[in-house]
Formats: sequence, C-alpha cells, structure tokens
Amino acid sequence: MERAEYLLPLSRPKVGVQGVTGSWRIRKPTINYVKCIGCGLCWLYCPDSVIDIEDVGSRFRVSIDYTYCKGCGICASVCPVKAIEMVKEV
Amino acid sequence: MVRLTLTGNHCVAYAVKLSKVKVVSAYPITPQTTIVEKISELVDLGDADIKMIRVESEHSALAAVYGAATAGVRAFTATSSHGLLYMHEMVWWVAQARVPLVMAVVTRTIGPPWNIWTDHHDIMDQRDTGWLIMMAENNQEVLDETIKLFKITEDPEVYLPGIVGLDAFILSHTVEPVEIPEQELVDSFLPERRQPYVIKSGEALIMGNVPSDLLTNSRMRWDIHLGLRRAEKVIDRVDMEWGKLTGRRYGGLTECYKCEDADYLFVGIGAWVGDMRLAADRLRAVGMRFGVLKIRYVRPFPYLRVLDSVRGKKGVLVFDRSVSAGSAGPLFLDLVSHMYPHRLNIPIKNVVAGLAGYEVNYEDFFRIGESFVKEVSETGWVSEFLEFYPGR
Amino acid sequence: MPLTIRDLPKEKYVLPGNAACPGCPEAMGLRYVGMALGSKAILVIPAGCTSIIQGLMPGSGLSFPIVNVAFSSADAVASGVAVAKELIAEESVVVVWAGDGATADIGFATLSGAAERNDNIIHICVDNEAYMNTGIQRSSLTPLGAWTTTTWRGKTEPKKNMPLIMISHGVPYVATASVAYPMDFIEKLRKAASIKGFKYIHLHAPCPVGWRFDPSETVEIARLAIETGMWVLMEAENGKIRISPPSKPYIDKNRRKPLKEYLERQGRFRDVSNELIKELEKEVDEYWELLIRLSSQ
Repeated sequence: MERAEYLLPLSRPKVGVQGVTGSWRIRKPTINYVKCIGCGLCWLYCPDSVIDIEDVGSRFRVSIDYTYCKGCGICASVCPVKAIEMVKEV
Repeated sequence: MVRLTLTGNHCVAYAVKLSKVKVVSAYPITPQTTIVEKISELVDLGDADIKMIRVESEHSALAAVYGAATAGVRAFTATSSHGLLYMHEMVWWVAQARVPLVMAVVTRTIGPPWNIWTDHHDIMDQRDTGWLIMMAENNQEVLDETIKLFKITEDPEVYLPGIVGLDAFILSHTVEPVEIPEQELVDSFLPERRQPYVIKSGEALIMGNVPSDLLTNSRMRWDIHLGLRRAEKVIDRVDMEWGKLTGRRYGGLTECYKCEDADYLFVGIGAWVGDMRLAADRLRAVGMRFGVLKIRYVRPFPYLRVLDSVRGKKGVLVFDRSVSAGSAGPLFLDLVSHMYPHRLNIPIKNVVAGLAGYEVNYEDFFRIGESFVKEVSETGWVSEFLEFYPGR
Repeated sequence: MPLTIRDLPKEKYVLPGNAACPGCPEAMGLRYVGMALGSKAILVIPAGCTSIIQGLMPGSGLSFPIVNVAFSSADAVASGVAVAKELIAEESVVVVWAGDGATADIGFATLSGAAERNDNIIHICVDNEAYMNTGIQRSSLTPLGAWTTTTWRGKTEPKKNMPLIMISHGVPYVATASVAYPMDFIEKLRKAASIKGFKYIHLHAPCPVGWRFDPSETVEIARLAIETGMWVLMEAENGKIRISPPSKPYIDKNRRKPLKEYLERQGRFRDVSNELIKELEKEVDEYWELLIRLSSQ
C-alpha cells in the first residue's frame, strides 16, 4: 500500500471479536470424564469452535474453552453417553 | 497509429481492448448496446483477450466486474439510463470498497415515457457515490479518456472507480474520424493494475463486515471525498502524460475555449459543448465576447479551476441537461455553491435545456447568449436565475 | 471409506467469541465449509445473519477470505471472482454463502443467471426458513403454517422448492444437506469443489431464535426434519437424482416419524391446526413420491 493513511473497510480474523462470549452463558457444559468415551461428536457439532479435541490414540480427549463457550448446550444434546451436563451458572 | 471512422461506442470498445481489460460484464440497453456487442465481436474474432460475463441484469453486471476487480484483474462495464439506476446500489458499493474499475455511461433520459434520447439525469444521479465522473465532447475524447481513466482510477492517490460519459446517439452512434493509438504506446502509458487490496484464497482478509468504530467508518467515508480531491492532480498529470505521447491534451479537469479575453462564459458538459463553441464564435462576430468553459470532470468538481475561469467575467451562463427537481440544474448548483464562499459575485444564470433529448443547437445557444447579454448589460444582474429553455 | 472425525482438519475457520447467537446453525455450517474446503475457499456473503456473525471490524469471527456484498448481488460477484481467479491461475473455490432471502427471493434472479451461465461457483443456501437477521419475517422458503413476524396467523403458502428449481437449470451438481449430518454435507462440498461449473447445495439450518426452540436442540430438530421426511437429503449429478444415505430409510413411508413430532418441538408451529398438519403431511408425501419417481429414472 503506497498511502499509509489509507482507510479501507477490511478486517482480519480475531478470536473473541465479540468479546468474552462466555459471559452470555446461563448454563455451563460440564464434562464427566468417567462417562466420556472420547467420540468427538461434541467437537463436531459445537457451533462456536470452543470445544477442542486431542487425538490420544483410540479416542479423543475433549476440553471446553469457557472463555468463549456461549452455553448453547448442543454438546450435551448430541453426546451419545450423556457425559456432558448443563449446570446452571451462579 | 491507425485512423478510423468510429462511433463513440466503438471507441469505448477499442479503448477497453487497448487497456488490456481482463473481464467485461454488461447488460444490453439502448444506447449502450453496441459497446458490449463490439467487445463481444473483438473477443469472438480473437482480437481481444477478454473474458465476457454475459449477465442477466445491470445490477449483476457491475457486481460481476466488481468481483473480478476485487479479485485482482482490470475490469470494465457499460450501461445507460434505467440500467444505471438499476445498478445504483452497486455503484455505491464499489466506491466504498475502494475498488478501481471503469464504466462507460451512455447518457440517456429516464422514463416514463420510454425515451432513448440523451439527457444527463442518469449520470448526474451518480454524483454523490464517490466515483470519478467525466463527460466527453467527441469520440476521440471518449477513446482517450477511457484509457486514461484506468490509469487515474488505479493511481494510489485515488483508488476509486470512474465513469466515462458520452451522450446517447450524438456520440454513441455517430461516426467521427478517430486516431487509434498503437498497443505499444498504450502499454508504455498504462502500468500493470494496482489496487489497494486483493481478495485471494489462503489469506483470510475480510472486506466489509460491520464496523465497531463509527469514527473510523466516518473517516473512511470522508477519505472517499479526499480521494476525489486528490484525483484532481492525477487527472491533470495523466492528461499531460497522454498529451506527450499522442499530442492530444484536453486540459484535464476543464477545457477553456476563448475564456481568457471573454466577457461572458457558457458553461457546460458533454457533446453540446461543441455547439456552444460555435455559438460563442457567432456571438463574438456580432460584438459579444463569449468563451466556453467545458467542465470535463463533474466529480471531482474542479471548483478552483472553474472559479479561476469565471472570475472577472461580466456574466456566466450555466447549461444543465438535467435538473435536480425542486432545486436547479446540478452543474449550476455545484458552481454557485463554490462561488459564494469565494466571494465571487457575478451575474449567473442557469438554463435547463435539452431534457428528454430535445435538441438544442448553436442557434439556441446564440439566442440565449444574446438575450443574457442584453439583460445583464441593461440591469446589471439577472431577474430569474433559473430558466427552463422553452425551445423554438 | 466413510469420513470420520479423525479425517477432518482441526483448524478453526469459525473462531471462538464470534457474534453468532447460541446454538446457531449458520456457524455450524460455516465450520463444515472450512473443514471441507480449507484455505482454498473464498466466501462471497450477501446481507444476512452471517453479515453479523462475523463480528465487528477490524476483527472477524470467521477466518476465510470474505467479500461481503449487497443483498441481491452475491452470485454475480462470485462469478467475477471465479473468472478472475481462473485468469490468474489462483487455485480457489468460490463459495456464495447466502440465506433463504438472498437465494430464493431478492437474490433469485442473480442466482438463476449464474446457474444458467454455469459459472464455476458453489452456491450454498443456508436455509433457516425466514428472514432471521431482520427479526423473523416470512420468506418464500418459510413452510406452510409457520408463524413469523409478518405471518402472525401462520404462513398461508407452501415452501418454494429450490432444489428442484436448481436441478431444472441443468447445472452439473445440486445437493441438499442438513447441519445434523455434517459428514454428508462435507462430502457433498468436496464433491462440488471437484466439479467445474455451477453447484448448488441447500443446507437445512434450524434457527433456535426464529423457530422458537431451545438452542441446545438445533441438531435434534434438524435430525427430526430428516426422520419425519420433511427435509430430504439427496443429490443430483447432471440431473440424475439420488437419495443420500441418511434419508434412504425414509423412502419407506412407514419408517418416517409422524410429522407432528417435528412440528410440536417448535414454537413457530404452536398454533397449527390438525387440518394444516394433514396438508403438510400430504405435501411431504407428494414430494417423496415425486423424488422417488425422479430418482428411479
């Protein structure tokens, strides 16, 4: 760009562009790791990419980014073994 | 250099080919149609390396060339009248995205009733959009300015789209002898395409989502105004560069015909300026010293240049081929709104004429000029600043 | 080999902290677009919910190259982008990500034009069955009987059948998809990307806000639409229609769940009469019969 002061309607990707969306949450997904079979379905369906999975061989290790999780509860609803419980935020 | 007799529309087509435009998209509308037909012919004959996108509407025509331009290639479209109004939303979009591209507007009145003849309501309706807008007087100027506009719009000082305007039929369908420059000359004049950003795969660049900071957004809007102001210098510079290569200089923002020693000035845009020149000569022959100020660029409005030209004159007659209904002619409004703060207090009159294609020629300008001089010299002022020319 | 979660890229194209409502099917769908096409995708996005989901400039909750465009212009802009990228030999997949309004209503002529020209783009209609971004107004893709803020007593016209309209354009690829069946959607996206010409994918996207259900139920509702036969997953390559595996069981009418199970989960159908339910069931049955006839040819 030859004009430094150029004003263009451009954006770059940013985590947390809408702020700490975890504050929207009224119910918090809580994983019961004893029940969890590591299938990864919660990762697949989470609309907000706040569930991360790590491949640990035969299964996935699942974690939730509570800073940005909006608490929609889709993860709990798709979990085949009901290992995610939605707990009221206090 | 080749000399051909060409219509204004074919001049546009040759200019597009010479400018090595990569993508053209347009929707037929009288009187623009022969531009897109000629380009299609050049493409089908293998004479032009252009990809045509044959869209289903004008809105899509400008959308498609905008897509191509934002993706990194030189692009062009053309339209008229209702087509221009239909794409109006995209006209704004392209400017605010700061994507340079060029559009030819063959000026035509707006219906109802259906009418294909020229007036300037369509092009003048685009004044606020952020595009550069110029009106040509003859076919050579159409060809030259189309090529030049690619250079001007792609200049980093500008980075805004531009319109080359030509009057329906008077230029678009009338042949004149025209010099076609060699490809090598155009290549030496026109650099590779430049633009402020390119949307490409693999690079997450996002254009146009919702702003968080309205002051920044506000400054973006104002910068479009500043970009047009900066374009003044670029237009003049490019005019000189082109003049050096071809011997044809047009004066950049404005062109003066016998302005310097004139007592009175005709001011106008487009093809009928030729008739004003003839009328000025005839008026001079009977002792009324007229000159003609041709405003080539309506946007950016070259007010400093215009004020310099009208300063010290006994009277100024501004001809508008459109009217901002409920106010006055748009050219007149631009001119007077800059005169007052610059303390220029000159008798000035706006004549709205030639609407809907009603023909006005040098005899009309002669009569209007004659009675204007009479009024101004008798009363020192004008009784009615705005008049509709009733015809003969 | 069926696609598994292990096969999918883990790179994030929808970023945490974006501006989508909780349980948003569009955010889900955009994740699958990223998983399917990766960094080759260029998105052209007309006005709609995704204009907002991106969040505020100078940031973006979506990590794609994106051209936001005027409502009715998307397919034409995409045509231009695709043509330019082909000319400069830049490998890319140009995707229009448009809602039901920008597809079936205000954007319909532009879509039809690009399809008829067979321009090399993928149009994804992310169908939440109303104008959600402006606050739940009916569209031509709102189903019969559904409440919206412009149809307080329920919509009186049936949903326009966009997939069949697009097949009638003679384009090389048309498919339907659902956010409840991401693997099916991802495979269809990848197939579409491998075909030159115009591709249309219609993604069924239940919206918790507009359809009046709990945000946790987006996937369940989407799945019920398939299981009741209300939405059918299929694809048409060069006009040849095939029912996709998730919908195959429901070719047999007896295996379809009662439509009521789908409708009663959504507040927008709260006031639907039994007669209207019968009408909707008839609509579903007739559509299936037509599809079965077309797919057996």
